[in-house]
Formats: sequence, C-alpha cells, structure tokens
Amino acid sequence: MPYIVLSLIKTLIVVLVLMHTLAYLQWVERKVIAHVQLRVGPRRVGPHGLLQPLADVIKLVTKEGMIPSHVNTPFYFLAPFIAVLFALIPMCLIPYGGDINLFGIHTTMQVTDVSIGVLLVLGLSGMGVYGVALAGWASNNKYSLMGGLRSSAQMISYELPMALAIAAPLLMLNTLSFRHMVDAQTGFYFGFLPKWAIFQGPFPQIFSFILFSIAGFAETNRVPFDLPEAENELVAGFHTEYSSMSFAAFFMAEYANMVTVSCVATLLFLGGWQPLWPAEYGSSFLPSLIFLASAVICFLHAARPARPFDRITLPVFGVLFLIIAGVFLIPPVQQILIPLFWFGAKVGGILFVFIWVRATLPRFRYDQLMRFAWTFMFPAALINLFITGLLVAVS
Amino acid sequence: MDAVLFLVFAAIAVVCAVNLVIQTHPIASALSLIGVMGSLAFVYLQLGGQFIAAAQLVVYAGAIMVLFVFVIMLLNEGKERKVKMRLWVRWAGLPLLALFIALMAFIVQRVLPAQQSVKFGAFTSGDAQSIGTKLFTAYLLPFEVTSVLILIAIVGAIVLARKEID
Repeated sequence: MPYIVLSLIKTLIVVLVLMHTLAYLQWVERKVIAHVQLRVGPRRVGPHGLLQPLADVIKLVTKEGMIPSHVNTPFYFLAPFIAVLFALIPMCLIPYGGDINLFGIHTTMQVTDVSIGVLLVLGLSGMGVYGVALAGWASNNKYSLMGGLRSSAQMISYELPMALAIAAPLLMLNTLSFRHMVDAQTGFYFGFLPKWAIFQGPFPQIFSFILFSIAGFAETNRVPFDLPEAENELVAGFHTEYSSMSFAAFFMAEYANMVTVSCVATLLFLGGWQPLWPAEYGSSFLPSLIFLASAVICFLHAARPARPFDRITLPVFGVLFLIIAGVFLIPPVQQILIPLFWFGAKVGGILFVFIWVRATLPRFRYDQLMRFAWTFMFPAALINLFITGLLVAVS
Repeated sequence: MDAVLFLVFAAIAVVCAVNLVIQTHPIASALSLIGVMGSLAFVYLQLGGQFIAAAQLVVYAGAIMVLFVFVIMLLNEGKERKVKMRLWVRWAGLPLLALFIALMAFIVQRVLPAQQSVKFGAFTSGDAQSIGTKLFTAYLLPFEVTSVLILIAIVGAIVLARKEID
C-alpha cells in the first residue's frame, strides 16, 4: 500500500479517536469531580449523561458567535486557530503501540516516527501559548490581557524545569525518538520489576516524573496553576470575550494539551505500551479479565434489577463486555490490542490524576506560582539532571 | 515532494519576512517573525538538520519570541513615528536591493557546490547524536567558552537591571 494512503488512514483513525477522547474527557471530568464533591454530575442526556458531550457540541456549534465591537478582529479570530493547531499537531508524533502486521501490511502504530520526536513535541506544544497570549491581547479587555500575560509568563517559567526534567530520562534512554525510547524501557528487573524510566537504574527517574507532572499542570493551565483563567479575579481570563465555536476551540486545545502531556509522560517515564508485569504471569489476560468482571457484575445486577428496564439493558451490556473480552483473546488481534490497552491505561491514569488534582487543590497565588517555579522547580530539576548525568557517566 | 515542500515553506518564510517589515503593528510584526522562524525550522528539517530545526523551534520560535510578545503586550505601544525618507533613499533603494540580491545569488551559486548535502566543519550530519558528539569532542573549548560568555551576559544583565531599580 502506498505510504500516503497508509498515512491518511492512520491519521483518520487518530483524529477520530482523539476527537472522541476530547469530548468524553470532559464528561469524565465532570463525573469525577461531581463524585468527589458528593454530587452525581450530568445525568439528563442519555444514560448516566453519556450523550452530554454530543449535546454540548451541538449547542456550541449552533450558538451565535458574538464578536464584541472593541476587539482587534484579525487577531481575535487567529488566536483560537493557533491554540487548536498547536494542540493537535503534536498528536501525530505520539506512538500508541508496537508494530502491526495485518493482511501483509507492515506498519507502526504512529502517524509519523521522527528521530527528534520529543524535541519536536516540546517545541510545537510550546507554540500553543501564542494562542492564549494573542486571545488575551486581541480581546482589548484588561482582564483578558492579564490572563494572556500571566499565561506567557507562566509558560516561559515552567518550560525550563519541564525541559530539564525531560533531559534526565533522555540521558538514560539515549535517544530522542519516542519509539526507541519505549524499546529502551523493555524488560524486567528480577523478572517482575519493569524497566520503566521511573524504576530504571542507575538513577530511577521518579523525581523527574514528579517535576515533569507539576510542570505539565502549569503548561496546560490546569488547576492549581490555572491563573490565566482564574475566574474569581479575571472573569474568565483570556477567553472572556469568546463565545460559540471559538470558545470551544480553547476548550478543546486545553484538553488536547492534557492528552499530549499525559502521552509524553507515559512514553518517557512509564514505559509506553510495556506491561506492568511480564506476560509469563498473565499480563496479556488483564483486559479480558476486566471486561469479564464487568460482564459478571452486569449479569448479577440484572438478576436483581433496581429499575424495570435494567432487566433488558444490563444483560445487553453484559453480552457486549463478554464479546470485547473475547476479542482481546484472539491471537492476531491481541498483538495490536494489548499494547494499546496498556498505553491507554497509563494515559488514562495520568488524566485521572489531572482531574483528581483539579477537584482537590485550590489555586496558587500568582507570586507563589512564580516563586515555586524559580526557587524550587528549577534548582530541583537541575540537581536531578546533575545526579542523573553523574551516575550515567560513572556506570 | 521534497522540492514542493521546500518551496512552500521557503515561500511562507519570505512572505512572513516581507510582512514583518510592512506591518505597522508591533504584534503583527512579532507574529510574522514567529512565522519566519517556524518555516525556517521546517526548511532546516528538510535539509537534514534535524537538531537545528528542533532547536530553532524550541528556542527561537518558542522561548525567545514568547518573551518578545510578552514585552510588547506589557509595554503599551505608542503611536508610530514616521521618518521622512531621504531623496536618494527613495530613488536608489530598490535598484540597490536588486543589485544586492543578484550579487548574493551569484556568490552562492559560485561558492557552494550544487549537489551536496550541507556540511560545516567537523559536523558530519545534522542529527542530534553526531552534533552532541562533536560538540563535546572536537568543539569542546568553543562550546565551554560560549557557555561562560552567556553566563557573563546574564550576570551583566542582572547588574544593569539592579542599578535601574535602585
């Protein structure tokens, strides 16, 4: 199959999956935060509010796009485009799994494999700040401008510890390509401890991982570092003047950035699609077991229905889970699905932490944010890099 | 395909560069400069200078230009003051520019070999590994001297800024 056709197919799959992930990430976020705060969250549209993202998309698309009269129109329109563009481009550099051999076609689970993958992702996602800064400035509104300024200052400050935290595992893995990075984390110590970068010798990168995660929160403007859109002081920060799809664009960019940061953290520190424990101890059967357990729970609840229609819906879902559990056991499909499962599980775990933190921590004050970056994060990342370099050189 | 992509990004770079000069608004000029840097990064990438491309994107288009945009937004720009062009500038400017471009094209065509990948000094290829190896073996002294120079520049900047505050 020609390269371009294959690339188009892969791009289409990535785009479809990513868009659904972004839409449902918002649903997951609302549900998780609701349950943390002892509420139930969205419930009206569809079962358990599962159609809420669809309703939100329709609402945002059909809403009238207001253009305030005082904005700087060309830049006002350009800003959401920049934000979305540089949030989505890095996704084409992220590998999701190993090689695929299907119907005589050999390819990799990645849109494009470049030898400087991690640097390119760092550079491209760093460009996203222009969208936020420009939106704040073009809105011609002092609150928006404050949001934009805060965002650029925050990005500059946290990019440094982030780059230093990325450099430390790179010293050990000895490559800039994501695919080779994961290959360098294959295998197990003592037959059970995975050789992921956070466990790998000579210096386990657990500190780098923590520093990277904190910097990631700041780079994606998430709580506790969401100063650019602090609603109690800046109305809605940089996107105060935006409505309809241009607002949705910023929203989407934020979630896409979250996914990118989680993917990079997974690939750099958590061994990408490498399983948590060896396949000899049955790590390939975990997805089947999870779906089997879900099916059993569905059947048990169907036997004692709480509502009349549970007698029909729960067995249907039970059978569906059984089929999925079976699909994970078919050998040729299993080779593709198991790495995808592990990758998705790790990324999902990090995304859950993002949401969890949002439900737990209050927002930093602005001077605290800056002091934290320059007096703690930066020296800590530097010391961590120094120790890693020393130990790598010695061993 | 390579030639097409090269032409596209080279064209973007030139258009952005011209736009940078034409625009009267500082933010528009800064954005054009980002466009120039970004498209140059892709041109480097096509010429095989992968590391340079990434550095260009991370350092110039990312970090330095964010600082530019930040400062422009922070300092409210005043009205632009137009300086009247001198008579000889108005008439001789365009021909001199054409002459300069022609001269550059001539020199580039004469000096540089047509079909060879770009090389510089001891660097054999543009990937990160070989650049790193060469920086820490063949060019260790210049590399370290440069870092000391940058350190001096940082200290100097802090000293100057301090005096201003006091």
